[in-house]
Amino acid sequence: MNHLPLIIKREYFTKVKNKSFIIMTFLSPMIMIGLVAVVAYLSQLNNNSERTITILDESGMIASIFENTKNTKYKVIDKLSLEDAKKLTQVQENYGLLYIGKFNDVSSAGNVIKFYSEESPSISVISGLESKLEKHLTDLKLESQGVDIEKIKTSKIDIAVAQESFTGEKTSKIDSIVKLIFGGAAGYLLFMFIIIYGNMIMRSVIEEKTSRIIEVIISSVKPVQLMLGKIIGTSLAGVTQFIIWLILGGVLLTIVSAIFGIDLMQASPSGQLLNQAGNDAAMPDMVQNGFLAFYNLPLTNLIIAFLLFFIGGYLLYSSLYAAIGAAVDNETDTQQFLFPILMPLILAVYIGFFTVIEDPHGTISTIFSFIPFTSPVVMLMRIPFGVPIWQQILSLSILIGTFMFAVWFAAKIYRVGILMYGKKPSYREILKWIKY
Amino acid sequence: MGNLLEAHNVSKKFGDYTALNNVSIAVPQGSIFGLLGPNGAGKTTLIRVVNQITMPDSGHVLLDNEPLQAHHVTDIGYLPEERGLYKSMKVGEQALYLAQLKGLSKSEAKKRLKYWFDRLDIGDWWHKKIQELSKGMAQKVQFIVTVLHEPKLLIFDEPFSGFDPINAIVIKDEILRLRDNGATVIFSTHRMESVEELCDHIALIHQSNKILDGKLQDIKTQFKTHTFEIGIRTENGAELDNELANKFTVTPTNFKTLGNELKRNIKLQAHQSPNELLSFLTSRGQVSHFVELIPTANDIFIQAVKNN
Repeated sequence: MNHLPLIIKREYFTKVKNKSFIIMTFLSPMIMIGLVAVVAYLSQLNNNSERTITILDESGMIASIFENTKNTKYKVIDKLSLEDAKKLTQVQENYGLLYIGKFNDVSSAGNVIKFYSEESPSISVISGLESKLEKHLTDLKLESQGVDIEKIKTSKIDIAVAQESFTGEKTSKIDSIVKLIFGGAAGYLLFMFIIIYGNMIMRSVIEEKTSRIIEVIISSVKPVQLMLGKIIGTSLAGVTQFIIWLILGGVLLTIVSAIFGIDLMQASPSGQLLNQAGNDAAMPDMVQNGFLAFYNLPLTNLIIAFLLFFIGGYLLYSSLYAAIGAAVDNETDTQQFLFPILMPLILAVYIGFFTVIEDPHGTISTIFSFIPFTSPVVMLMRIPFGVPIWQQILSLSILIGTFMFAVWFAAKIYRVGILMYGKKPSYREILKWIKY
Repeated sequence: MGNLLEAHNVSKKFGDYTALNNVSIAVPQGSIFGLLGPNGAGKTTLIRVVNQITMPDSGHVLLDNEPLQAHHVTDIGYLPEERGLYKSMKVGEQALYLAQLKGLSKSEAKKRLKYWFDRLDIGDWWHKKIQELSKGMAQKVQFIVTVLHEPKLLIFDEPFSGFDPINAIVIKDEILRLRDNGATVIFSTHRMESVEELCDHIALIHQSNKILDGKLQDIKTQFKTHTFEIGIRTENGAELDNELANKFTVTPTNFKTLGNELKRNIKLQAHQSPNELLSFLTSRGQVSHFVELIPTANDIFIQAVKNN
């Protein structure tokens, strides 16, 4: 008799109707958005703080290049000794003192420039000063050698190399970033999904064991059916939660940015990445390129692959979570068994974020996109960069094969484990259960 | 009448540990069958085999003369010793779910649950969560869930644990009523007084082997030692004692009486009849007690386990 729908229904509704589940569902996006808003607000606050930098220019050739900006004021002093200038800066509680000594040759000017401050200055301040000085001194040097600066300025040529694959797909830097965001989001989403809902499955198996209802249930249904029902029911609850999060998150994000007028895009790392990449291009151009890049993605492939790898990877891991739940009596005993499961998962995310971004089709990325325990995450991150279909199919076949083996393996452990109470089993004992 | 359940030469090993060694039992239709044995003897394993939770390594089980199949789970109602319910689920919802797993339709399950809830006086618990109920209350719900689908075979593993004496009687009466309505009951316990009260057949499992089975009455006859407990009022106790010791095997005993009688256990030889003893006693004094000692289930249990 097929009780699977009945079990799925129960698992789904008990999860969804659970108070803490409901609270988590509605509270998490608020907390997340709240955090983002706080971070954005704080970084704005930080940017708004004013600082004054004192400049003592003994060469008399440089001080004029520093112009006041919104956040930084420059105060040029002269006719003071270095010691007095330091004291003055300290007394006036200025940010720091930029000292430029006398120099004969522009080339050696670097040796006589120093920055004094109470605490170590921020990197952005120093690098800002450095770039201004470098530019000015280079100009001075060029002039001293009789080069016309204006000519150099007018002869500067901007290049953005247009990229095109052999099959004629156009790509750009923006493209790569969009791909990266897509791949990264997909891989990371899977990772989070496995950890959150894998744990939920494990807890629900343990609950059935500790409440001792398990034997009543399995006198009516096959343990494998119960396990699959649990996995599917919990996953559906997870999908429900995710969809609510997406909708709520979107709505809240819009509301928050409307109320506080904070440009959240600017505050987020990906926004900054986009900004840097699009630094040269005009803003509207960048947005357009971004959309273009989005449409250029192998969308159909991406969506299908996402679904298949997501489901495959998730089921593979969640059946192992279910097996762990069956093997132990309480949650504190799970750590030892969770470790070997989390290892490949974390490895996959690391490989995804470091190796795949560096070289999506390199040896390491390719190999790990075939190993079933890492392939869902790694392959999902590679696919936006274009992976040959045969590789995807091969990887998926390996994944499905492993998944079926894992379900069989988990079902064996599950079948025996759910009736075992008392001491925590060792790995060796668990392996023995397979033969029971 | 035939047997509802037959297990033939069932063996089961867990690794190096033998849980059941070639165990055969036959449970007659309409009987209450006591499955007895010390802790860890293999009773639960045998019950799990019958419930198709555990697959035997060898041997087979027939239910209604058919080898066990998946659909037979609806013919069996099982109340395990390790039992419980989902703590955070409402009583009614939970009972409905479990009934549906046993193959009842939702509407039918609802109708029957209503009947049983009223019968056991727990109608107003429907919307309560299990964690709000006491252990005994939860046991009642569990009992209902076990019998709700009107199975041919009911298996109760320590059904009375957790019940107070009043509810234990309620449950005992329900079990007897179910038997009278045609169900066959397997009853696993090590509480011998309930065996005495309920069972008409028993099987005793010890260290994975069946060491005894049959009708309780037959087993008692087999185990009885032809010993009589007697009490007699006499002037000359010492002399009578000597006379008794010459003719029979006498052991001292003590039981409560109103007077000051001579109390002895007297074992007859094979050729001696109870009447012989009785007429000997009446010729010597006033007989106040004359009872054949029938071994209790407890005696049989202890003796059988010891002999093995």
